[in-house]
Amino acid sequence: MLFLGMVMMPFYYVCKTHSVPGYLKLRFGQGASIVAAFSFAFMTVLMSGVNMFAMAEVMKVVLGWNLNFSIIVSSLAVAAYVALGGLRSAIFNEVLQFMLIWGGALLVPILGLVEAGGWTGLKAKIARNIATGAIPAGDYTHMWRSMGHFADNPMGIHWTGIVFGLGFAISFGYWTTDFLVVQRVMAANSLRSARMAPVIGSFFKMAVPFIVILPGLLGLVVLQNSDGSLMKLVGENVVAANPGAGLHSYNEVLPLMLVRYCSPGLLGLGITALIAGFMSGMAGNVSAFSAVWTYDIYRPLINKSARDEHYVTVGRWATILGVVISIFAAYMVMNAKGIMDYVQALFSFFISPLLGAVLMGMFWKGATKAGGFWGLLIGTLTSISLFIWVKIDPSALRYVALSPDAKDMAENMYRALWSVSVSVIVIFVVSLFGTPRPVAELNGLVYGATKLPKEDPVPYYKNEYFWMVLAIACFLALNIYFW
Amino acid sequence: MHNSGISIWFFIGVLLTIYGALIFGYGLYELATGHTANVVLANLHAPVWWGATLLALGLFYSLRFRPKRNDS
Repeated sequence: MLFLGMVMMPFYYVCKTHSVPGYLKLRFGQGASIVAAFSFAFMTVLMSGVNMFAMAEVMKVVLGWNLNFSIIVSSLAVAAYVALGGLRSAIFNEVLQFMLIWGGALLVPILGLVEAGGWTGLKAKIARNIATGAIPAGDYTHMWRSMGHFADNPMGIHWTGIVFGLGFAISFGYWTTDFLVVQRVMAANSLRSARMAPVIGSFFKMAVPFIVILPGLLGLVVLQNSDGSLMKLVGENVVAANPGAGLHSYNEVLPLMLVRYCSPGLLGLGITALIAGFMSGMAGNVSAFSAVWTYDIYRPLINKSARDEHYVTVGRWATILGVVISIFAAYMVMNAKGIMDYVQALFSFFISPLLGAVLMGMFWKGATKAGGFWGLLIGTLTSISLFIWVKIDPSALRYVALSPDAKDMAENMYRALWSVSVSVIVIFVVSLFGTPRPVAELNGLVYGATKLPKEDPVPYYKNEYFWMVLAIACFLALNIYFW
Repeated sequence: MHNSGISIWFFIGVLLTIYGALIFGYGLYELATGHTANVVLANLHAPVWWGATLLALGLFYSLRFRPKRNDS
């Protein structure tokens, strides 16, 4: 997010594009833009399905509603406000939902920590449950200590996979090239505001584990079955395979914790917070799908010269179409092992190759049109091929994830790394055989060829560099504390 | 988000005020009647202090960013 704010945002802001395919069109021409548009369109609706499924899970656990009914209710609500209001209403709602999420979900880890006896008590209880075999062995409260070897942690991954696969290829890619994120910042009224938004957002991002990971850890020690025994959480596929057994999946931890601690009123706020979060994710994805479909696929490929009203209508229909596809995607998530597996797999298909293309386009003047197109296409195909290879022959995981001890999640991280690497290498090699565009044409698109607007001096507390340094300090402190 | 003349922070304030008032009110009812909900740590009376926090925040934002008559 800091890289997005401080380095990449000026380019996005100066070229005033409305999407990443839009940027790629300006930089690499129509070919790369179309590949990115299709890939991005797929990703947004598949991601929207994740939000829809998660929202239905909350309604199922807390309200006892049928999963299918919950999916229909949530899809109708989002379709209505995105189709009627568009991007502006989606952003407006997201801001309100953001406040609700923190107001509603923050109480769960606070009360959970009180019950568990604080951080020290939580660690002691986890250690006790590991000793009694109630939960699988593993280092649950540190990030890096058990990353020295694939066999040392439950994810079956090495620190290189976390740093370069998750940290760079997936997370870096998501925060800098996913226009669900960037599109919102583009609505800022000045370049300084556009740069400040991701920098300030990074503080909240660092706090997210408090309402996402901590409740999961607390769930390992405080959640109980009705007979008072410790609740054993399983994967979504195990729950689906044993209907009526009363099993609960990892996905249900937060709603279960809400029911545990929250009385009427607070429970309502908590449910609203969760539903608001998922609805905002869904609305964001669907509105992004609608924008990309209309501007980057429909207009250049199907109808180039219609009136603006026509494109607005197409955008509204695209919203409805996006919601319908999301419903199918929600059922796909239901059959995945867990939401996290599904999401990381999607990112490795669509985000990582895009990162390679955007970085090469933005920071290397020598990257050519053909290089951008082939790099993006082959990077995407590499990722999908590796996924299919492991699906057909599970033993291939040792080659994709570089170790016989690697597990599914490691595959996602290393697949993403392969994908971004292939994308960058192909762009580099293909570009060597072509003629780059003249530097004069790259103004506003490439680092070193762009004159950035000068900003007026402001007091230090309004300066983005001050907040960036503070964010880096917090990031380092958190990593050292949870090493 | 000032284009409509009303700041989004005002809406946030109103939202938090409504939630805060409802939760705080319920918390007071629990305290007064002793009819606590069947949840873990009910003795901490979370609805009282959490509701009061939301209410205070909500009132602050509602007043600080209230629409002004001469706003264009």
